[in-house]
Parts: sequence; C-alpha cells; structure tokens
Amino acid sequence: MKYVLMFTSDTELDAAIDPEVAEKTYQEIFAWFEEHDKAGRFAGGGAELQPVTTATTVRSGDNGGRVVVDGPFSESKEVVGGFTVIDVPDLDSAISMAKSWPSLALPGHSVEIRPIVEHG
Amino acid sequence: MTDRPSGPDQALAAAVRAEAGAIVASLARLVGDFDVAEEAVQDAIVEALRSWRAKGIPDRPGAWLQVAARRNALDRLRRQQRHVKVLERLREDVGTEELDEADERVALVFACCHPALPADARLPLTLRAVLGLTTGQIARAFLVSEATMAQRIVRAKRKIVDKGIALTVPALADRETRLDDVLTVTYLVYNEGYVSSTGATDDRDLADDAIWLAGLLATAMPDEPETLGLLALLQLQHARRTARFDASGGLVLLRDQDRALWDRPAIDSADRLLERAAAGRRPGRFQLQAAIAACHASSPTWEATDWLQILTLYDLLLRHDASAVVRLNRGVALGKVRGAAVALEYVDDLAPDLARYHLFHATRADLLRTLGRADEAVEADRRALELTSNAAERNLLLSRLR
Repeated sequence: MKYVLMFTSDTELDAAIDPEVAEKTYQEIFAWFEEHDKAGRFAGGGAELQPVTTATTVRSGDNGGRVVVDGPFSESKEVVGGFTVIDVPDLDSAISMAKSWPSLALPGHSVEIRPIVEHG
Repeated sequence: MTDRPSGPDQALAAAVRAEAGAIVASLARLVGDFDVAEEAVQDAIVEALRSWRAKGIPDRPGAWLQVAARRNALDRLRRQQRHVKVLERLREDVGTEELDEADERVALVFACCHPALPADARLPLTLRAVLGLTTGQIARAFLVSEATMAQRIVRAKRKIVDKGIALTVPALADRETRLDDVLTVTYLVYNEGYVSSTGATDDRDLADDAIWLAGLLATAMPDEPETLGLLALLQLQHARRTARFDASGGLVLLRDQDRALWDRPAIDSADRLLERAAAGRRPGRFQLQAAIAACHASSPTWEATDWLQILTLYDLLLRHDASAVVRLNRGVALGKVRGAAVALEYVDDLAPDLARYHLFHATRADLLRTLGRADEAVEADRRALELTSNAAERNLLLSRLR
C-alpha cells in the first residue's frame, strides 16, 4: 500500500536548534533514506522543501478571481518541511518507518502518514 | 462457567461468539477486504439468530455461519461488480475449512483496537467483529440509537480499510504497548456489563463476553503476564457477582457483602493465574489490580482486610497508571491505614479531575461521615446522586440520605 510520509516541524522551535545537532540529524536522515531504499520501501517521489517563508499561495478571491499572496495557506506554526512516497505492506510498516525518522528526536517534529488514493 | 440459568438466546449468542471472529478474519483474508467480510458475517449472524431461534442451533454452527457469510460476501461483491478474481476464488472454495481460530481472532482483535482508530470506536468494533454482537445489541448496551451506532461502526471499519490496518498480530517490538490497548478494550467490555451504567442487553451478557475474550488472549499469549493478569482480575470481579445485589436488586457494597456467596473456585483459579503471571517478573496495571482484588477475596471479613498490603499495591499501581480514578481508590486504602483526615486531604486534591464522577463524591461522603462532619457528608452524597443514572447506585445513595 502506498502512503505519503509528511515531515512537519514547528518553525519557532527549529530556529532554536544548535547547528551541530542539525548537521548530525541531517547525516542520520541521509542514512535513513539509504536504509529504507535498500529495503525497497520507496515508491518514488518526494522532496525536501525550502523554508515556509518562501511560500506563495494562490486562492480564490471575493469576486471569483484568483488572488496571489505571500505566505503559506495556513498560519499555523506547524509546517510541512518535506515528504516522501512509500510503498509498504500495511499501516504498521508505515508507522515503524515513521517512528525511526531521525528528526523526531528534535522538539516539535512529527510525521503524518496518509494513504494515497489509488484509482483503479 | 456460570450457574445462572441461560436462556436459548444466551446459547445462541455463545454459539455466535465462538465462531464470528474467526470467520471474519478468514473471510477478510479470502476477499482481501475487511469491510466486505465483516458486513457479510454480520448479516449471517442476524440470519442465524432468526433461523436458529426457530429451528434450534445447528450441529456445526461455525460451518453454518461460514456458508452464509460467504454467500453474503458473494452478493456484496457481485453488486459492486468488481473483484472478479475474488469471486472466482469464492466460488471454487465452496467447502468449509476448520479454522486456526485462536490466531485469526487474536489478529482481528489487534486490528479492532489499533491506536490509529478513534478510542471510542474500538470497543463497539470489537464487540461486533470479534464477539459477533449485532449493531442493535451494541446500541442497546450503549443506550444510543441503532443508526448512531451503525454510523460509528461503519466509519471505524472504513478507517481499517482506508488506512491499511492489517489483520496481524503486531511484531514483538510493538506488542506490549499494542497489547495494552487490547486489554483495555477487553476490560471496558466487562465494565459495560458489570456496572451496567446503561443496563445490559436482554440477550447478551457482556461480562461473559469479556471473560471469554480475556481467556482467548491469555491462551494465545501466555508469555505476556498482563493477559493472565486481566483474566485473573475479571475472574475475581465476576466471583463476587451474586453478592453484589440483594434480593430486591439493590446494590451491596464490598464491606457488606455475604462472602459465603463468593465463587471460591473462580477465586482459586485467579490466584493460580496471578502466580503464573508473577513468574514472568513484568508487573503491570492489570496484574496489580488483580492482586488488590485478590487481597479482598482472601480476607474472611471486611474488618480483617490487609489494608497496608492493599495500600502498598496501590503505590505500585500508580507507577503504571496514575489516573485520577486509581488515586481515588488509593484514597480509600489510605483512609484505612492513616485515617480519614489524611485520606480526605488526598482525595480533595483530585477534585479538578473528578468533579463530575459520582464515586468521587460518594467516597468524600464516606470520609466526611467518619470524621463526624455529617452535614458536609449529606451534601456530598446529594452531589453523587445527581451524577449517576444507574438505578441500583441511586437507591444505595438514597438510602444513605434517608
């Protein structure tokens, strides 16, 4: 079954992270991808996103037109920092992958697991 | 197991319960869709209750349900006009198999109690898929309309399918935490039948269902001490059932119960389970609650109760479960060991969490009465009365107010 793992964090808490810790986590993330890639758990697709300050949002305006605004679609402190598509047998496998996500050691980080709609 | 006369409906229910879960699990595997399988079995159960009531329970109730469930699954899939391969498989496989029941059912329980499901849906889903209760029976037990209960169950089942929750026993690394969820639901099934805050259903005894399920889990996972602990706890509580009510149906408190009415063989069986559990050297909240219940069960009178040991067990229990209700119960033991004044101070601190819980006020009333503060005791009993709808509990509180 295919799922998207969405990696979210709190921008304010992220700003306070020691650069050395950030670098170490980055190395661990690299190893995490390598490990699960070897096990054939990725379905292709995924990205690490630029900071939420770079976001641009398009929404419908009052008179039916389209409005372009600076910033993310929601003002919550939790933002998606990246995502990856996985293909595993069941939810428990997805949960066990998510549990091993290195950034979870940092404050305010979480992983949301969402099944993909399969047309067919 | 019980000396209560069991009517034909209870016999029907027991026959259904013995077979339902295993058939749901095996059919789900066959058709690859838990929702279709569960609906098909549910329909078969409703048919069975009607047909068996008229014609008697068949020699092989499992085979009867299996055939009916498969026919229903076939109909459902045909209506959906897909799953062509599954349809072929179902048609070829017309015989009924002897199921490896314990494993199948245990996997099903884990799925129904998965932490990714909403907590208030796990209990109804387990009652329906594992124990084979009909939506109507569950709705009556929870005092909600059948439509409301049906909707809650349908949503939970969609989540099992859509989220990809597998019908498997979790890997060892996750087993202990996942097992705690399963045991909690099993305990809630019992509580629903025992306290009957909403009244048991006429044709299904949830307390029996819970003990059956706890027995299944203890047999399937004897190396998990908490499964033995839960079974022991339920057996101990059940052992007191006939002493809990007087001739007119009024509730009798533990201190006033006729201990000769307690089911000694059940208490001995629970003691043996606890000894086996203790050999695993992994205490948990169900083993400790059972140990507390065993202390009461082994005491010849209320006055002879070993409160110091009970207080010590509560202190251990708090390390596993620091919930306000556990602290309230510790407060009772504290009162016996260190006096009502100390206990009242301890219990009063729980007010923010328990202000809406009738037994919080009833416990305070008891302590206030011991301290000679009669007016405040009456006030607390009145508050308790306002907060419970259970007839037996209301009568007991009313008698204290008279």
